[in-house]
Parts: sequence; C-alpha cells; structure tokens
Amino acid sequence: MSQTQPINPFAEMQAGRPTGPLVQGYEVIIGFETHTQLTTQSKIFSRASTAFGAEPNTQASAVDFALPGALPVMNKGAVQRAIEFGLAVNAHIAEHSVFARKNYFYPDLPKGYQISQFEIPVVQGGSVEFFLDGEKRAVRLVRAHLEEDAGKSLHEDFIGMSGIDLNRAGTPLLEIVTEPDMRSSAEAVAYAKELHKIVTWIGICDGNMQEGSFRCDANVSVRKPGEPLGTRREIKNLNSFKFMQQAIDFEVRWQIEQIEDGHTIQQATVLFDPDTGETRSMRTKEDAADYRYFPDPDLPPLVIGRDWVEKTRAEMSELPRVMAARFVADYGLPEYDAGQLTQSKATAAYFEAVAAASKQAKLASNWVMGELSRRLNSEEKPIEASTVSAIQLAALIGRISDGTISNNAARQVFDALWTGESQDVDAIIEAKGLKQMSDTGELEKIIDDVLAANAKNVEEVRAGNAKAMNALVGQAMKATKGKANPAQVNELLKKKLG
Amino acid sequence: MSSMKSSPDLHDLGVAQLAAKLAAREVSSVEATQHFLARLAQDKLGAFLATNADVSLAQAKAADARLAAGERTPLLGVPLAHKDVFVTRDFPTTAGSKILENYRSPFDATVVKNLGIEGAGMVTLGKLNCDEFAMGSGNDNSAYKPVKNPWDLERIPGGSSGGSAAAVAARLVPAATGTDTGGSIRQPASLTGITGIKPTYGRCSRYGMVAFASSLDQAGPMARSALDCALLLSAMAGPDPDRDSTSLDLPATDYATDLIAASQDAARALPLKGLRIGLPTQFFGAGCAPDVLAAVRAALAEYEKLGATLVDVSLPLTELSIPVYYVIAPAEASSNLSRFDGVRYGHRAANYTDLNDMYKKSRSEGFGDEATRRIMIGTYVLSHGYYDAYYLKAQKIRRLIAQDFQTAFTQCDIIAGPVSPTVAWKIGEKSDDPVANYLADIYTLSSSLAGLPGMSVPAGFGAGGMPVGLQLIGNYFKEAQLLGAAHQFQLATDWHLRQPPSL
Repeated sequence: MSQTQPINPFAEMQAGRPTGPLVQGYEVIIGFETHTQLTTQSKIFSRASTAFGAEPNTQASAVDFALPGALPVMNKGAVQRAIEFGLAVNAHIAEHSVFARKNYFYPDLPKGYQISQFEIPVVQGGSVEFFLDGEKRAVRLVRAHLEEDAGKSLHEDFIGMSGIDLNRAGTPLLEIVTEPDMRSSAEAVAYAKELHKIVTWIGICDGNMQEGSFRCDANVSVRKPGEPLGTRREIKNLNSFKFMQQAIDFEVRWQIEQIEDGHTIQQATVLFDPDTGETRSMRTKEDAADYRYFPDPDLPPLVIGRDWVEKTRAEMSELPRVMAARFVADYGLPEYDAGQLTQSKATAAYFEAVAAASKQAKLASNWVMGELSRRLNSEEKPIEASTVSAIQLAALIGRISDGTISNNAARQVFDALWTGESQDVDAIIEAKGLKQMSDTGELEKIIDDVLAANAKNVEEVRAGNAKAMNALVGQAMKATKGKANPAQVNELLKKKLG
Repeated sequence: MSSMKSSPDLHDLGVAQLAAKLAAREVSSVEATQHFLARLAQDKLGAFLATNADVSLAQAKAADARLAAGERTPLLGVPLAHKDVFVTRDFPTTAGSKILENYRSPFDATVVKNLGIEGAGMVTLGKLNCDEFAMGSGNDNSAYKPVKNPWDLERIPGGSSGGSAAAVAARLVPAATGTDTGGSIRQPASLTGITGIKPTYGRCSRYGMVAFASSLDQAGPMARSALDCALLLSAMAGPDPDRDSTSLDLPATDYATDLIAASQDAARALPLKGLRIGLPTQFFGAGCAPDVLAAVRAALAEYEKLGATLVDVSLPLTELSIPVYYVIAPAEASSNLSRFDGVRYGHRAANYTDLNDMYKKSRSEGFGDEATRRIMIGTYVLSHGYYDAYYLKAQKIRRLIAQDFQTAFTQCDIIAGPVSPTVAWKIGEKSDDPVANYLADIYTLSSSLAGLPGMSVPAGFGAGGMPVGLQLIGNYFKEAQLLGAAHQFQLATDWHLRQPPSL
C-alpha cells in the first residue's frame, strides 16, 4: 500500500475516447461516486439495526458508539451484496481485499476513523450500459468498495450545541466510482438512473433517494477538445435526478464562465442549493485532510473464494440487460420496448404475465407502456399496486386481437377495470355494449343507408377522392356507434362502390 | 457467611491449591475472597485502582452456590484481579488514564466473562494498575499512581502490567490477567519473580481490551506457577468470532491436565529429553547485564539436566525490532486512541471555544506524556509522504522478523533467553528518558511482532536480590509446549516459590 501514488490515474484512461457534445466550445467531463446504502438488516460491523427513522441513538451498539474494547466484525450480508453488484456490472470480484482506516476527527465519526476500502477494493472494474437518445452508452467503473456510513450531526435542534445521532453510524455502504466517462448532464442522469435500476433490481439497495439510500457525488470539469482534463469540482450529495441535472448544468456554466473570465478552476467540494439552483464551495483542496490511511488491524483481509462468487452467480435473478435481450429475442420486441419494460423487476414480471396469458407480446408491451403506465403515473402508484391485474389485461388484449372490441372500446373496458366497476372483461363489454358489429347483414344495411344519405361523397369517391372515402367510413362508424370494425366497413364500402 | 477466622495461609496458596481447598469445601469462596479483600486493603504497592467488596462477595456467593450444587471445575471460586485495560461492568475501567477516569463499561471483556462468574467461576477482586493505555515498561506512566515492586519498594515492578505483577508477587491475589503488546506480561513477570505467558496473537479474544496496538495486543495470565497460568489460560483462550475478527478459530484447550500428570510423574529421569532449546546469539550479547545473564545461563544449565539440549540459533533482525515496534505500535495507537475525543464519554475539557478547541483541550488534559508522545509518533509515521518510509517499511521488516523465527524453529523447539536486559530499576530512574525505556524491550519485542507465544519463568536473582526471569518463546499455538517446559523447570527448582522479603 502506498500513499505516494495518485489513487485514480483518470487522465490516461481517457486517451482515445470520442469527444462529447460541446457547450460554448467546451467539452464536459463527468465522473460519479455513488454511495448506495445496502439492504442488510444489521450494520456492516455490528449487529445493530439499520432501519431508518428510529429515535436518535437507539440503533447503535458498543461498536457503533466506539466504546473502549469494542471491535468490528464483518457482516457477510454486506459482502454478499457487493459480490452481487460486481456480477451485475461484469466486474472483477477481488479474492482478497483490504479494509483500511480513514482517520479524521468529527463528532459524528465515533471512532475517529471510518473503516473503508482504500488500495484494494472488493469490486474492480465493470461497466454500466444504457441508452441515451436511442444510442447505446457504456460508463466504465473504476471500483466499488465497502465502507461504513458516519452518524448524523443535528444542528437545528439545540441552541448553541449540536446533537449527535449514531443510528446511521456503521450502516453498510457500497461506494461505486466511475471513470470520468460521461459527457453531458443528460448522460450523467441516464447513468445514475441505470445504476439506480441495477442496484434496486438486484435488491442490494432500496434506492430511496429522499432517505439517502442512493447518494451521488458528481465530479465535473470542462476542457477545450483535445486538451488535458481540466480541474474538477465535486458536487456532493445529489439526492434527486432533477437536482443532478440542474446542479451539473449550473456547474458547467459556472466553470466555463470562470475560465472565459481568465480565472483558473480550483479543486473543490461544492454543494448544490436547490432553492437558488446554484452550487457553492464547501472546501477547497488546501483544506483537504491527511487521512492517514492504513490497513485496519482489527479486520483480517476480506477473502472471497471462487465458490462464493459462483454460488452467488447461480442464485442471482436475471439481470435487466439480460432480460431485455431476451425480450427482443423471444418476443420480437423492439430494443426500446425491451428497455422500458425492464425498468423494474415488477414491470417486467407484469409484462411477462400479460404476454404469456395473451400470446400477444407487442400488444402487451403497448398496453403496459401505454395505458397502464399512464394510469399508474397519474395516480403515483407502483405497478405492484395496479388495480388491473395482468390476467385481466391479457383478457382485454385477447378481445382486441380476436376482433370483439376496438381499441377505443378497449380503453373504456380498461377504465372500468381500473375503477373497479367490474372485474370481468367480457361482462364489461356486454354491459356497455362495446362488442364490434360482426353481423354483416346488419352492417350492410347501415352502409346502404349511409351511401344513400351521402350522395355527394359517393360522387367524389367515384371521382377518385380518397378523403371522401374516409368521410364515408366515419359516417358508417358513427351510425354504428363505433361498434363496427373499421376495416370491415372499409371493405364493404369498397365492394359497394367498386 | 461463616464466622471462621480467615486462614493466614490462604494467600500463600497458588490457584491450583486454593481451587483444591475450595473443591474439598475446606474453605468457601466467600472466606477466600474476604481474606484477599482484607489483605489488599493494606496494599502499600499501589497495585489496585478499583475494588468493590460487595461485588466481589456477591460473586463469591454465587461460586459457593455452584460448589454447593456439586460443580467441580478447576477455577471455581478462586479470586483474581484484572488489569485495568479489560473493560468490566462491575468496576470502573480507566486503562490507567485520566481520560477514562470513572468510565464504566456496559459490558465485560470476553476474557473477563470467560474467567468470571458467568464462565469459569472466578471471583473478581478488583482492577489492577498499569501504564496508561498499556504504554510503558515501568508502570510509572499510570495517570493515577506508580506501582512498587514488592521485592524492593523503591523499584518499578515493570510494565505495563505492573499492578498485576506486583499484586501476584505480593500475594494480594492468587492470579491476575495481563496484556502484552511488546512484553507487558513477560517483563513485569520477570522483574517481580512470577510466571506469565503471552499466548499466540489471537488465542485470547481482544474484545473488551482497551486497544493499544491492535495487531500486537494479546491477553494472558500472570500467576505464581506455570500450572496456575495453564489453568487460567485454559479458561481465557478460545475463539470469539462474533466479537473479535482477529481471534483464532481454535477451540479452547485444556493446558493443565498434562501438567498435573507430569507432576505425578516427577521422578521420571530426563523429562525434557529431546527438547531442543535455541539460544539466539543476539539475546546473549553485551547489551544484557551480567547478573541477568548469569541467572539465565544457570537456568539453562538446569534445563540441560532435565534432558533438554541447547543449540545456538540466530535472530539477526533482533535490534531492528525496536524501531519497527516503535513505528507500528504508535501508528495503530494513534488511530485507536482517536475515539477518546470527549464527545461521547471520558474526559471533556470544562471550557472551550469551539469543536477543535474542545478536542485539543480534552485530549491534552486527558492523555499523559507517553500516550501523547506515541499518538504524535504514530500520526507522523502514517502521514502523507512518510507512510512508505516508516509504516510500510516497518511492516516489511516485521514480516522478515517473523521469517527469522521460522528459520530458527527449524533448529529448535523453543527459544530461550532473558526477558529484560536488567533487573528492575529504581522508580524514576528512566522516567525522563523514553528511549532508555524503549531499549529495555529488546528481548520481548521481536516475538510480539511475530505474534509468537512467549513466557517468563522465575529463574533466580540478580543484582540487589532482584528477580530474573527466563524467557521461553514457542512457535505458533505451542502454548502447551511452553507451559510444559516451564512446569518441568518449576518441578525441579523453587525460584517461583520464593517470597519477597517485604512480606
């Protein structure tokens, strides 16, 4: 272990990368560090609970309070989740990684050091792939390492003093670090969303950004194309995708302005203020502490045998990108559909249930991404809370594909299912009289009436005006109150006018 | 409670003998406890930092109840005291430091639990003085009071487990726990004429030991004989995977039965026939005082009479163990002692202007000179730009030192030599010279750095009639072999039975 080497020699990793879109002639370079809180029941080095929201200091043990004589013991569940993440992003799982102490004094850091991984992290390399404007992108990961969270300082509740809550101290985190591979705020947000999807999909993180379970730090710099990397500033603790984009956009404009005004960028850590939409400096490099990292003598190196990795691989559920590829191959869906349907495990499972029951994959995809998503979004419900079951939606699709109802009628049926008016698709069709007219004799009679009443349009159709034909179809549909199959109406009209 | 007058002889009994008396119901644990409490109340040595008769007697009653119910386990009802670096629920724990004055732990250290009334059934008489955070070799770094050597009240008892050593030597307790980071069990045992063993690193759980240097700290027993140490170690040692990740995954071992069997077979000629004792040339050089060397050589001659053969071995990096140790141990200490920040427990300055001022004042007031010195050294060697030159290099040499031992162990079974280059020095003699103190650790540091078990066995007397200990170092997990070799020596000699003239 050595502290004289730069930790992340990013610059050389950027050689040969294509230039990104320019902002006022500058290329934007973004790298991410994301702290994902792992879903273990207990803390990373103690048995205290990790549940959010308890009374201050009720979920901290002797280890978390750093009482004399207390020692850390590794929570295997945290390691398990790190392995799962590594496999999900095609990374190398280190057989041998080392916990180190990062030493600094702060009241919410009870031991006076944070246990983290420094030189040898558990997850090395890997990449996160996603679509941006229909184009496939891959952001390379440097590493993901296990560490403990600090407690919280409560400055608001006490006059002239600060309170310390150590409930969060020792919560397991996986810090995921990228290469500076992103070239726009949009790409950064797309990366963050994809990462969020992966960690929640595999269940290692609950993804709750409000509670701080998924916190992003963005390292942002700008440069003229072809120049060496500029000095970066790190925007800390971005806890919503919206703020992420705003913060990066502001930061990019600010940096360009500074450079254009002849200033140089100082390496700094900044915070984004959502109220002003601006970033402001917390500390500069000059204030940077010497953390005096050294291997933690209380913890032996973390050893992960190949059998553990392979067992994990075998037991992991299908990853989103693998599932999306399968949707394309097995259901013949467009890549876009497959990507949308694999945004969450629940959505994918819902789609597969509808597709299996209806045997109409594309229709199932259209309905899940369309009407169902629209209703869920407008009522801010997760798909698990959908009042329309996959079986009901499949039955509805079945009635569309067998010609019983039109798409318009199907929407009315869906509404009825959604509001709970009835549970049965056929009963709704029957009760609302939505069945398409299939009796040719009755339809022919109606068409004859329409032709008689619209002699002018008939003339025009015969003269070769296609628009007039549409008008006739419209009239016929109106006359049947929408119950006729438009294709059938078209066909009959052509026959009668031909 | 019995009104029987306390037996004047109880404090002369070793652990095994006292346990036998308790098992035979010739004396109750309460009576034994009262006897020792009365005796240590007269302590003029400064060995104790805390006692609590109510707590001790309650434990003794519980032990008597177990005895009355027919339980016959080797340590049941026998009193002992703990070095004040083991945290205890029933007594304050200070680690000899002002920064932890009046600190009370909500839990017991694993070693305390294993030995105590929830485990082997021993009765805790109190907490024993030590150098602050176990940093020192004279017990003059205790923030509370120095400890006097019962063999000469003007001399130090050694350190850092000086209170433990003095209390055992003065028969204030039948046995005590100690901790050894760079010699803190062996050196005071040597300087007070008692027996002490530091087991292989990880053999005893470190859970509940106030940490000094995590990669070196190890608990061990201090008593008057190897047999008594074996009895205690059998209860102390064992895996503790849920509390200490560095505890060895080896089951608890009965170290005593073989020794007891050997006692009954004492007439056997050449009981140590085949045992090869390696003598590192570096342990027998000019750095060792002639009186100490003479006692050690005489003890080795005794070993030859018992059938052992002496072979010369070499530990070429012995001298480097001092700088290596005094880089690694302070580095770990500087980090381990960061938790004493005045925020959650321990000393906090009365007045301060802001957070940094609170840290500075609380820690400056709370830590003594030696702890402060080691925090500063440790912080320095871990600092950016110095880490490679100091800490990293020290770790590399540490590995080489461990390899040297393995080379030596291809030629011998046990390594022997002096524990300390001199007998106990006068109180205050080295107080202003930390380097002189550090140099005195030369024979114990290398085995600590290697994580090997080592012990001190009373081997005679040197200048001023002060005790001299023989150090025995074994290979990893060879505690039984060390204890066996020490026991044979004690069957043939009576150095360990000698009493300080002050008694």
